[in-house]
Amino acid sequence: MTTLLNWFSQIGSIAKFGIMSIPQRRGSVAATVIGIAGVVLVFVGVLSIAAGFRRAMTASGSADAAIVLRSGSDSEMVSGFGRNETRLIADAPGIARNASGPLASAELFVIINLPKRSTGTDANVPLRGVESAATSVRDNLKITSGRMFEWGKNEVIVGAGAAREYADLEVGGSVKVGRATWPVVGVFSASGGVAESEIWTDAKVLQAAYNRGDSFQSVYARLNSAGAFQEFKDSLTSNPQLSVKVLRQSEHFAEQSEGMTRLITTLGFLIAFLMAIGAVFGALNTMYSAVAARTREIATLRALGFGSGAVVIALMLESLLLALLGGAVGGGLAYVAFNNFHAATMNWQSFSQVSFAFAVTPHLLVQGVVWATLIGLIGGLFPAIRAASLPIAAALREL
Amino acid sequence: MKFFHLIWGNLTRHKLRTSLTLLSILVAFVLFGFLCAIKQALVGGVELAGVDRLIVRHRVSLIQLLPEAYQARMERIPGVGSAAHQTWFGGIYQDPKNFFMQCPVVPQEFMAMFPEFILPPEQMKAWLATRTGAIVGRKTAERFHWKIGDKVPITSPIWLRKTWEFDIVGIFDGAKKGTDTTSLFFRYDYFDETRKSQNWGTGQVGWYTIRVKDPAQAADVARRVDEEFANSPAETKTEPEGAFAQGFANQIGNIAFIVAGILGAVFFTILLVTGSTMSQAVRERIGELGVLKAIGFTNGQVLSLVLAESCLLTMLGGVLGLALAWVMTSRGDPTGGMLPMFFFPVRDVLVGLGLSIALGLITGILPAQQAMRLRVADALRRM
Repeated sequence: MTTLLNWFSQIGSIAKFGIMSIPQRRGSVAATVIGIAGVVLVFVGVLSIAAGFRRAMTASGSADAAIVLRSGSDSEMVSGFGRNETRLIADAPGIARNASGPLASAELFVIINLPKRSTGTDANVPLRGVESAATSVRDNLKITSGRMFEWGKNEVIVGAGAAREYADLEVGGSVKVGRATWPVVGVFSASGGVAESEIWTDAKVLQAAYNRGDSFQSVYARLNSAGAFQEFKDSLTSNPQLSVKVLRQSEHFAEQSEGMTRLITTLGFLIAFLMAIGAVFGALNTMYSAVAARTREIATLRALGFGSGAVVIALMLESLLLALLGGAVGGGLAYVAFNNFHAATMNWQSFSQVSFAFAVTPHLLVQGVVWATLIGLIGGLFPAIRAASLPIAAALREL
Repeated sequence: MKFFHLIWGNLTRHKLRTSLTLLSILVAFVLFGFLCAIKQALVGGVELAGVDRLIVRHRVSLIQLLPEAYQARMERIPGVGSAAHQTWFGGIYQDPKNFFMQCPVVPQEFMAMFPEFILPPEQMKAWLATRTGAIVGRKTAERFHWKIGDKVPITSPIWLRKTWEFDIVGIFDGAKKGTDTTSLFFRYDYFDETRKSQNWGTGQVGWYTIRVKDPAQAADVARRVDEEFANSPAETKTEPEGAFAQGFANQIGNIAFIVAGILGAVFFTILLVTGSTMSQAVRERIGELGVLKAIGFTNGQVLSLVLAESCLLTMLGGVLGLALAWVMTSRGDPTGGMLPMFFFPVRDVLVGLGLSIALGLITGILPAQQAMRLRVADALRRM
């Protein structure tokens, strides 16, 4: 017991020694701390793009919300239904109802070109034709300014993200669809979900404008409960008059975001990995020079009977401390700079823009600190081993 | 150069420190090369665009089709040399993850419009003779191990929702390094004939590419094309290929800005690491620098000695890093098909070399000035 205590107090006094000498080595120490902070900043920053994108896509759709597409379609863009089919779907068991009928909205999904506010170049903006149940089949849909469009009228409402990204999308503005100009009468929010990237109008109005007859591309539905999904799905897939693919909305959006998330995550990890290697070299440099500057002190301590294990641990602690400091600085900077930073990008699956906010999640911050810790451990290990294994006599002779 | 030996000796005095610094510089330049390749993959289409080509698409959006009959009308517009069309097929080969573009085209018009796709004449002949024939770019052919003569099944969720079978009759290469050779092109006549059973789309195509006779007149020609189809059910939007590519890249996001941000963070860090190494090196050597000055080295010579040392260090790291980046990126797209034009352009290699010299000068200048200003007597006292 006493040996253990003794050992800890040895570690404590060597570590204290090291930490107190930091001001003398502030140049190289600062370089290490900032280097590690840079790794964590870039890592958390890049991955917060993927996390934000995924969050926007999955914020859409609670467990009792479903979407029906034609079988074989990987997005709404290539799906298609006639009026008869959407009626059959709306009448399926499991769909919740209110006074005006089943909570199912048959929808049309097209894209239109609108100039981005930032660059003035065209972007593919999703334009969706919806039915009256559309607001009840999605979560937290709220008109934040202006009003809902009138059914049957050539009017649109725009999502908050779309309003932020594209020119003239605000109450009082207008959208040109072909030769027609439709006024924007309202802006809506959908708790950051993907609907916020869209422009909405009455499905009938959109059908007419696009000569689509009485056809739709998808049906969004609210179910009685999350448990009703299986019943709903089975009744549709076993119906010989239909050939459909039934998904929970959350599954659907997760599928839609997969490609983009994978791209950003792959690149993010690759960049962070390379940067981490660079930072390890920086940390090694600092710790080696820290050891070199203290060769005599360490040798003296060991001559006095301090164990080499204690020397190793203490030096590793010092390097870990610097790494954690860097990690905290980097994580903090990333949070301040990137959290809720608004952007829009192309979602390849639907060939249209999704607006989202970067999300610096606690999970990412933890991962950032783990990277910093690893860098600190590797950066401290080799110099510590060298310090502990120098022959005492030779080191003392450097006096 | 006669002092090279001295500079080299100074650098190799602390072998461990020098190599660690060298390695972190090296990593920074590998990252530089890598990010340049990513940027190239995402925005490189802009540079590769033909200056004499315009893209004509439906004004409302790219997903809407244009009549095939527009081609003849376009070719009559003054200033238009020729036109060729493509249509998005959106097919899936085995798994949606195996993404690559497929388009039905009219072979001769198409190959004349895009001379950057190089197809051996006998393969062109075979394509013209095979109705179900398709040509595929080298990268995709290699990715799926397709050979000439293979039958390739591709399922299209847009067109007939069925599996189409194509005979690979040719494999094309790119004329330039960045040319996208991931696409598959097949014959429009086969496509149009087969989709007749679908009830919609027949006689309609995705977008047109126009070659203008005089690139200086491109803007006028674009305006004339849009005027030609104004007030028709399918109005057009015509713009230079480069502007189209730029607009497309902007849709992905401000890539140049993100890349610059990351590189800024990386180089700032390297600046600190190298700077602290150099100032440490000079601090340790004050006495020797004093001796050099005492035996007649001028201030300028001492300054350049230190600067040369830091530049040698950063350039060595830079050249090695750029070379490694070159090797790593030449293996191609790290994401499996999502970045077809991923490569490290020579122009950026040169920028990297410039950066390595700049890094050496910036990190060396403070310690070098410190060395230059040393007074001999003070310096010698510190021996």
